[in-house]
Amino acid sequence: MSKKYTKDHEWVQLDGDVATVGITDYAQSQLGDVVFVEVPEAGRQVGQGDDAAVVESVKAASEVYAPVSGEIVEGNAALEDNPAMVNEDADETGWFFKLKLSDASQLDELMDEAAYAEFVKELD
Amino acid sequence: MEPQKPIKRTPLYDLHLALGGKIVPFAGYEMPVQYPLGVMGEHLHTRSKAGLFDVSHMGQAKLTAAAPGQDAAALFEQLVPGGIQTLKEGHMRYTQLTDETGGIRDDLMATRFGDRLWLVVNAACKDDDFAHIAAALDGQARLEIADRALLALQGPAASDVLATLLPASADLRFMQAVWASWSLPNSETQVDILISRCGYTGEDGFELSIAPEHAEVLARTLLAHDEVEPIGLGARDSLRLEAGLCLYGHDIDLTTSPAEADLLWSVPKRRREEANFPGAEAINQQINGGVAKKRVGILPEGRAPAREGTPIESPSGEPLGQITSGGFGPTLGGPLAMGYVPAAFSQPDTPVQLIVRGKTLPARVVAMPFVPQNYRKG
Repeated sequence: MSKKYTKDHEWVQLDGDVATVGITDYAQSQLGDVVFVEVPEAGRQVGQGDDAAVVESVKAASEVYAPVSGEIVEGNAALEDNPAMVNEDADETGWFFKLKLSDASQLDELMDEAAYAEFVKELD
Repeated sequence: MEPQKPIKRTPLYDLHLALGGKIVPFAGYEMPVQYPLGVMGEHLHTRSKAGLFDVSHMGQAKLTAAAPGQDAAALFEQLVPGGIQTLKEGHMRYTQLTDETGGIRDDLMATRFGDRLWLVVNAACKDDDFAHIAAALDGQARLEIADRALLALQGPAASDVLATLLPASADLRFMQAVWASWSLPNSETQVDILISRCGYTGEDGFELSIAPEHAEVLARTLLAHDEVEPIGLGARDSLRLEAGLCLYGHDIDLTTSPAEADLLWSVPKRRREEANFPGAEAINQQINGGVAKKRVGILPEGRAPAREGTPIESPSGEPLGQITSGGFGPTLGGPLAMGYVPAAFSQPDTPVQLIVRGKTLPARVVAMPFVPQNYRKG
């Protein structure tokens, strides 16, 4: 399945019933140099729109929200030692967490790649 | 509801846009928070070479005694605890406007030229400061607000770069200033520039006060040097934090005195004894009897930054105070903060804990600056 996107600039990639979540390249470019990332622990239940992770630049801290509800199965521990991966590769190795979906229909509310590209274009 | 003041722009606004600056509102001005180099790159560039900052939003004014032969510096001491009348010609000092309780109305720089003073105050406070100074010294001194741009050139390469434009800058030591004449490029026109060897980064550097219509050509002339990059407010904040310097409205305000803010180095013995500035009684009481809280540097042990407002606790969980400025220090390579704790917890190496998003993080009190200062004193 291709990626889905939120208005908060997160991407979701579904594999079976597990969704990988990251922030978009646009989001990392807006944040600037990432100096700290806090990812959720496995087993935590998150609802759609809940605070799930934190990403900090030199300037400020920002929340990363859960784009869909579910149970966290893994946080990307590599980001804690190397937060700059978010800047270098936001779309792939810079993912934040994986969660087991509790309601797959929530994905339908998210944007596809073309809709997200249009959304970002209107922000600039 | 108060009427909203229209947002202002500095004379360098168009240049900020041309350089790709990301504009944010700050202290009533549209200012660049960063350029394409980014906060981290701008910070590190300033520490290794030279950074150019637009600080034209700050307030500049000249104070002149009303009666001939009177010294504006002596009159100004009625409003500040600093040693101002003892300033030598072309020397400057950091001081604070205090209120009757010893609280800080603003912090500022004062420079002596003859029997006049040149003042530079914070952007967010300038209207109140100038109204306060003019009213308090009404009949004794005249305050003329200067409509001038202010550029800061900071970093180890600043002196070599500036000497190519303004040779007089080479003779200045830290906290000295001089009026110099600059020939506009490809023109016969001479422009007056006030060069002050000071700054807000912990590095050697200068502030350059110039008429607004000539600010852009000065900025472009400086930026034409390979060593010089434009620097936004983001890196200005991380640089001053590493240098242990206070940001008004955050680390100091009306609820903190120079004693609590650990700024007594700027209050000489003579002023304490004369006790003839606003809040002198309260401040002397704190000097003799101790302070309830004190500004300290705080080093979180992990990687998580502790931002402004973060609660500070003792290791046993007793509330101590709050972080007033905190973030990530690019040169330090980790998180750093300052905040207020009771005097009993203010000694370097005292363990404390910070409550960040509900988690308890270990930290310790440290001496500031976090990064060694690099001023040209000798």
